[in-house]
Amino acid sequence: MTGVNLSSPHGEALKAAGEVDGRSLWQDAWRRLLANRAAFISLIVLVTLGVVSVVGPYVLPWTYDQIDWDHVEAMPPNFAMGHYFGTDSVGRDLLARTLFGGRISLMVGILATTVALTIGVTVGAVAGFVGGKVDQLLMRFVDLMYAVPLTFFVIILMVLFGRNFILMFLAIGAVEWLTMARIVRGQTLTLRNKEFIDAARASGGSTTAIIIRHIVPNVLGVVMVYVTLTIPQVILLESFLSFLGLGIQEPMTSWGMLINDGAAELEINPRTLIIPAAFMTVTLFCFNFLGDGLRDALDPKDR
Amino acid sequence: MTVLDIRDLTVRFATHDGEVAAVSNVSLSIAKGECLGIVGESGSGKSQTFLAAMGLLAPNGRATGEVNFSGMNLLTAGEKALNSVRGNKVSMIFQDPMTSLTPHMKVGRQLAEVLVRHRGLSAADARAQSIAMLKRVQIPEAERRFEAYPHELSGGLRQRVMIAMALLCAPELIIADEPTTALDVTVQAQILDLIRIAKDETNAAIVLITHDLGVVAGLADRVAVMYAGRIVEVGDVRQIFKAPQHPYTKGLLACTPRLDDETGGALLTIPGQPPNLQRLPPGCAFNPRCAYVMERCLRERPALLPDAAGGLSACFLTNAQGAP
Amino acid sequence: MTAPLLQVRDLKVHFQVRSGGLFGTSIPLKAVDGISFDLKAGETLGIVGESGCGKSTLGRAVLQLLPATAGTVAWLGSDLTALDKAELKAQRRNMQVVFQDPLASLDPRMTAGDIIAEPLRNYHAELSTAEIKARVKEMMEQVGLLPSMINRYPHEFSGGQCQRIGIARAMILKPQLVVCDEPVSALDVSIRAQIINLLTDLQRRFNLSMLFISHDLSVVRHISHRVMVLYLGKVMELADRDALYRTPRHPYTQALISAVPIPDPEKERAKPRVIVNGDLPSPLNPPSGCVFRTRCPKATEICAQVAPPLEHAGAGHEVACHHWRE
Repeated sequence: MTGVNLSSPHGEALKAAGEVDGRSLWQDAWRRLLANRAAFISLIVLVTLGVVSVVGPYVLPWTYDQIDWDHVEAMPPNFAMGHYFGTDSVGRDLLARTLFGGRISLMVGILATTVALTIGVTVGAVAGFVGGKVDQLLMRFVDLMYAVPLTFFVIILMVLFGRNFILMFLAIGAVEWLTMARIVRGQTLTLRNKEFIDAARASGGSTTAIIIRHIVPNVLGVVMVYVTLTIPQVILLESFLSFLGLGIQEPMTSWGMLINDGAAELEINPRTLIIPAAFMTVTLFCFNFLGDGLRDALDPKDR
Repeated sequence: MTVLDIRDLTVRFATHDGEVAAVSNVSLSIAKGECLGIVGESGSGKSQTFLAAMGLLAPNGRATGEVNFSGMNLLTAGEKALNSVRGNKVSMIFQDPMTSLTPHMKVGRQLAEVLVRHRGLSAADARAQSIAMLKRVQIPEAERRFEAYPHELSGGLRQRVMIAMALLCAPELIIADEPTTALDVTVQAQILDLIRIAKDETNAAIVLITHDLGVVAGLADRVAVMYAGRIVEVGDVRQIFKAPQHPYTKGLLACTPRLDDETGGALLTIPGQPPNLQRLPPGCAFNPRCAYVMERCLRERPALLPDAAGGLSACFLTNAQGAP
Repeated sequence: MTAPLLQVRDLKVHFQVRSGGLFGTSIPLKAVDGISFDLKAGETLGIVGESGCGKSTLGRAVLQLLPATAGTVAWLGSDLTALDKAELKAQRRNMQVVFQDPLASLDPRMTAGDIIAEPLRNYHAELSTAEIKARVKEMMEQVGLLPSMINRYPHEFSGGQCQRIGIARAMILKPQLVVCDEPVSALDVSIRAQIINLLTDLQRRFNLSMLFISHDLSVVRHISHRVMVLYLGKVMELADRDALYRTPRHPYTQALISAVPIPDPEKERAKPRVIVNGDLPSPLNPPSGCVFRTRCPKATEICAQVAPPLEHAGAGHEVACHHWRE
C-alpha cells in the first residue's frame, strides 16, 4: 500500500504539482513479468520467431514452393546455393519452408485463439453474470459441444465445406472456446458477488455496461494466462490434423506437416524432421514459460 | 515473578520492495497473574511481536533480540524445544478459531490429543479431562459437543473450544490475539467474561492483543500502546485511560466513539493516514500526524523512558528527554 | 412535519436455501421478515444488530439491489418495487450506497477518477470529459482527497482513502439518500473517526438522509438521529437515539448496550452486565413466537406462542416485546 499522507510535507508537494500518474495492476504485472527471467527470455524468443517467420520468406533466396531443379533430392546445407538448412526430398529449401510453416502455425494458433477468446469470454461473462436460465442454457450447450469428438467434427466440416484454410481456424476456435467459457464463467461468478459490482449497479449501470466495464477487464488476467497456454495447444492440434491429412494442403505447409514429411524420411534424412521439430518445440516451450510467468505476475495474492 | 521477558525484539520481513521492519526494538515483560493489553492499529506490529516470540513468523520473517521464557531464549531455541513450550506452557488464542482448529477432526479428539501429547495421559483420562474443561468454559451439552466437528459449532462455541484448549495444560502464559474481533457483541461479552474468570482462576499471565480500547479497559492490568512497530507508551491501565501521556494514545482515546458519550459532537481525529512501514519518516514515526510536533521530532527518535504519570512513554514532551 | 422521503412497509426478503442432497427441498431463509419504517429528509436512521439479523439485506432491498419477496419500498410516494428498469434507473440516482470493505468496493482496474466518475457517465452522457474531470476533482476535494491523485489506482491508497473514494462516488450525483453498509467497520480506529466526521459533515451540508447500518452501537449512537434494532430479520425496537440508549425497553437492546465495552476501566469494570446466554439461533429455523425468546431473560410461555407486535412505548418509541412494561 502506498498511501500518501495528506498532511505530510510530501503530500503538500504533491498538491502543488500536477496530477500524479498511478500504476495500474497491469503495469505492476508487466514489471513483475519482466523481472521473471525465463518469461522475459521466452517473450523475446517468441517475438523474434514471429518477426522472422513473417519477414523471412520475403528475404530468402528461395520461396517455400520453389523447387531447385538442380537438386531434386534432399541435400545437406549448402551456403553457396542459399540452402542454409538444405532442401527436402523434392528439392525445396528447408529454411524457407520452416519459416513459412511457422507463419502458418503461429497464425493458426493466434487466430484460432482469438476466435476462442471472443466467443469464450462473451459466453462465459454473460452466463456467469446474468445467471439463472441463461446460464443453464449456455452451459448445457457447452457440455453438449464437449461431447462431440473433435476429429469427427472437423471431418464433417471438411465434407460440408471442402478443405479450406479459414475453416481450420474456425473449427479449432469453435472447440477451444469451450474451456475458455467455463473459466471465464467461474471467474465471473466470484466477481459478481464483489461489492464493486453492487456499487456499479447502484450507480445506475446496466448489465451490459457492467459486463464490459467491470467484469471483462477483471477476468482478463486469468484469460491472458489461458491464452498463452491455448496457443501452443492449438498449434499442436493443427499439427495433429495436418498429420491426419485434414489440415493444410501442399504446397502450403505448417510445422505439423513438415514434421509429418520429415518423419517419413527419418532414417535417411533426420535433418528434415529435426529442424522443424526444434522450431516447434522451442515455440511451445516459450509459450508455456510465458504462461507460467504471466500467472505469477498476475497472481492476485500479491496485490 | 516475570513469566515472559522480551528484550530488544526486532522483526524484519523480506518483501518484493526490500526489507521491512514490522517490529523495532520492543522490550516488554509480563508477570505471573498479570494481564497485559497490547493496543495498536493494523501494521503496528502488535501481533507480529508475539508471533515472533513464539517462533511462528512467516517464512520471509526474521527476528532478532531475546525472548526469555522459563529459562531459555525462545528465539534461539530449536523447533523441538519450541514445540514443548507451545500448546503446553504457552497457549495461543486467535481471532478466527476456524483456522486454528483442524476441520476434519472432531473437537474432542483435538482437545484430548493435547493432553496425550504434552501430559502423557491415557485416552480415557484425556477424554474425561477434556469434557470437564468444556464444561468449565460453559459449553452446554459438553459430551455431545465433544463429538462434533468444528464446522458444526457456532463462532462463539468454537472460540470457547479454543479457550478450553488453551487452558487444558494449565499454561503459564496465554496469548490472546484479537480473541473477540470476529464475534458478535453479545457473544463477545460472554467470551470476555470467560477470559476474566480464567484469569482469576488460573493465575496465568495473559497477553491480550486487540485494537478495541474497550476490551482492554475491562480486562487488562497494564497496557502497551504500539505504533509503527514500536511501543510508544506503557503503563497501568487506569493511568493510561485517565492520563494518557503520548500524543498518539491521547488521540486514540479521543477519536474512539463511546457508547456513554451523550454529547454527539464531531469526534476529535488523528489526521493523516496510518504509517507506511516502508516509508517511515525520519525521527519519531508519529511526527506527520502529531499535533504537538516539534522540530526535534523530525530529526531524533524519542526513546521509551519514564514519564511524570508513572509509566513509560516515547515522546520528548512527556519523558525525561524533554527537559532541556 | 415533512412527508417522509422513504416509506418501507412490511418489507420481506426471503431466500430459498437448498437443504442438501440431490433432491433436497428448499426452505426459506427469512433474512428480512416484515420490516416497516419511515425516513425523513436530512435524517439518519441507524440500523443495528448482530450478524444474520438482516441489516445488510435490508439496505440492499431498499436500494433494489435485491428483489423484495413482499412489501413495498416507497420513494416520495412511488413504490420502487413496482418500477420497470428504465424508471428504476431514473430513481436510482437519488439513492446511493457506501460499502464496508473499502478495497473490495472499488474496481481494482479503474483509476480513482474513473471510479468516482462512473455514476456521472451513467446519468450525464452529455458531459464532456473535461467537465466530468472537473466535477470529480471538486468532489475529491470535498471528501478530503488530493485531486492530483485522480489517476491513481485503488491499491495505491490506504483503507481510509479508499473509503473516501467510495463516498465520493456515492456523493457525485448529489443523491438524497445514502445507504451506508458498515462503512467504518473495516477501518482502523484513528481513520474511523475521520470517516464518521466526513459522513456527518456531508450529511449536514447536503441535507442527506442516511441509513447507517452497523453492528457497532457506539458509532451508531454517535451518528444517528433514530435507531432501529434488528434481530433475526425482525424489528425489536425503534426509537429516537437518546431514548433508545438511555431507556432501552427491549431486553435484547438492553443486553446489546450492556455488552459493548466502554474504553474506561472504572466504568467498564463497575457496570452491571446483562449477559444473554447462548448463540444466535439459525435463521433457517427461527424460534416460534418471539424470535429472541430462546436467549431472553424475561421469556415466558406467551413468548413461545405469540410473536409480539410493535407496540407504542412513548413518543416515537416502538418495542416488540410482551414484557416491556415490567
